[in-house]
Amino acid sequence: MPTFFERRQLVAPGDLLAEGNYFAGENTFKNEEKVYSTSIGLVEFQERRVFVVALKAFYVPRVEDIVIGGVTDVTIGGWIVDINSPYPALLRASDVMERSYRPQRNNLTSIFDIGDILIAKIVSYDRTRDPLLTVRESDLGKVTRGQIVGIIPSKIPRLIGKKGSMITTIKSETGCHIVIGQNGRVLVSGKTVEDEQLAIMAIQKVEEESHTSGLTNRVAELLKERSGR
Amino acid sequence: MSNETLINKDGLRIDGRKLHELRPTKIEVGVLSNADGSAYIEQGKNKILAGIYGPKEVHPKHRERPDRAILRCRYHMAPFSVDERKSPAPSRREIEISKVIREALEPAVFLEYYPRTAIDLFIEVLQAHGGTRCASLTVASLALADGGIPMRDLTAACASGKVDGKLVLDLNDIEDKKGEADVPLAYMPNLDVITLLQMDGQLTIEEFTEAINLSLEGCKQLHVLQKEALKSKYISVREGVKE
Repeated sequence: MPTFFERRQLVAPGDLLAEGNYFAGENTFKNEEKVYSTSIGLVEFQERRVFVVALKAFYVPRVEDIVIGGVTDVTIGGWIVDINSPYPALLRASDVMERSYRPQRNNLTSIFDIGDILIAKIVSYDRTRDPLLTVRESDLGKVTRGQIVGIIPSKIPRLIGKKGSMITTIKSETGCHIVIGQNGRVLVSGKTVEDEQLAIMAIQKVEEESHTSGLTNRVAELLKERSGR
Repeated sequence: MSNETLINKDGLRIDGRKLHELRPTKIEVGVLSNADGSAYIEQGKNKILAGIYGPKEVHPKHRERPDRAILRCRYHMAPFSVDERKSPAPSRREIEISKVIREALEPAVFLEYYPRTAIDLFIEVLQAHGGTRCASLTVASLALADGGIPMRDLTAACASGKVDGKLVLDLNDIEDKKGEADVPLAYMPNLDVITLLQMDGQLTIEEFTEAINLSLEGCKQLHVLQKEALKSKYISVREGVKE
């Protein structure tokens, strides 16, 4: 039962990763006892599970994910939100209203209008129906300040780091408040624009070099160097 | 057909290649910043750009499939891509090539993973010199991979044919027009599946079998180049960090 690559080695779609008694994890598929990659990424082996951490990906909604999206349309019953995925998300008016919602009485654009940025949570989704959002929880709702950076969604776990090590480093070194949307959008808000710019630069470095080792230390050094100026 | 010979007495072709030799090929991935995935190929004098957008919502809505994504493909030749100006409107030939490219790529893509969406693929031939449908397929497959679309394998494509009574690999424009036959073929090397096979001209059954084997060899060589091109961007970042 051989494997054909080392851990964290770069693989392309169609590369044969392992043969025999292995499970096909993320970004892989199994055909006649052979596990192949489906994406460009880094291969990982965990026990008998083979999976690939994709270096290029788009966001596929998952229930319970926190996402950052922009309102693209206002309908009679709610809002359409672009969450950077193949499927547009819906936010129902009844989710936001204190009392029962009546289209005749309430003006939805006075709550959220086209172009507003929201932090929301996905409450339901399957591939047959578009994702449904909620903002009825603490820390969710309209974004009023800060800057948004877009990164490749599959690199979000790297940006958070082991037990949040990476994101804690960036937060403490720049003093910025950072909200990570699982859909690859990151909200950075700090005291000054310079602080925000510094944090954004660090985030983009993580995205660029996500497949290299010793990244947390390099980011910390970079931030110390720049902020000490 | 003509007085001039396409293969000289040393067994070399008009562009100086050996009979079973590919044209010099250069591939680059991620060349368009606005596309979700892109790639560029130079194969001999061919210069082709491919970009993909999606998966995204389907418009018009009635083309949406409840069980899978749809792949839409446009092969287009720039008006300046050939000697005589080509009308920019899609010709009969371009519509056909768009269709065969789409059908050659569909078996490679996990379309069933993202129902109710569309993947738009645009192939722009900037300079054409024979064998553009194969080169377009090779580069389109890379654009899909660069866009993070899950795929069973990369698809490589290459033609072989008969010129001056001899079987040759990867025909250029002159060989294609003056030669006796042309066999374009698309192939997924890891899965050993042929997804496009056409023939123009006449070959005996033996010659045809040999031509297929020749095309397959060409596809395998191109597949190596494809993988290198796809990985090179990430390898250079990794090496830059180590230093």
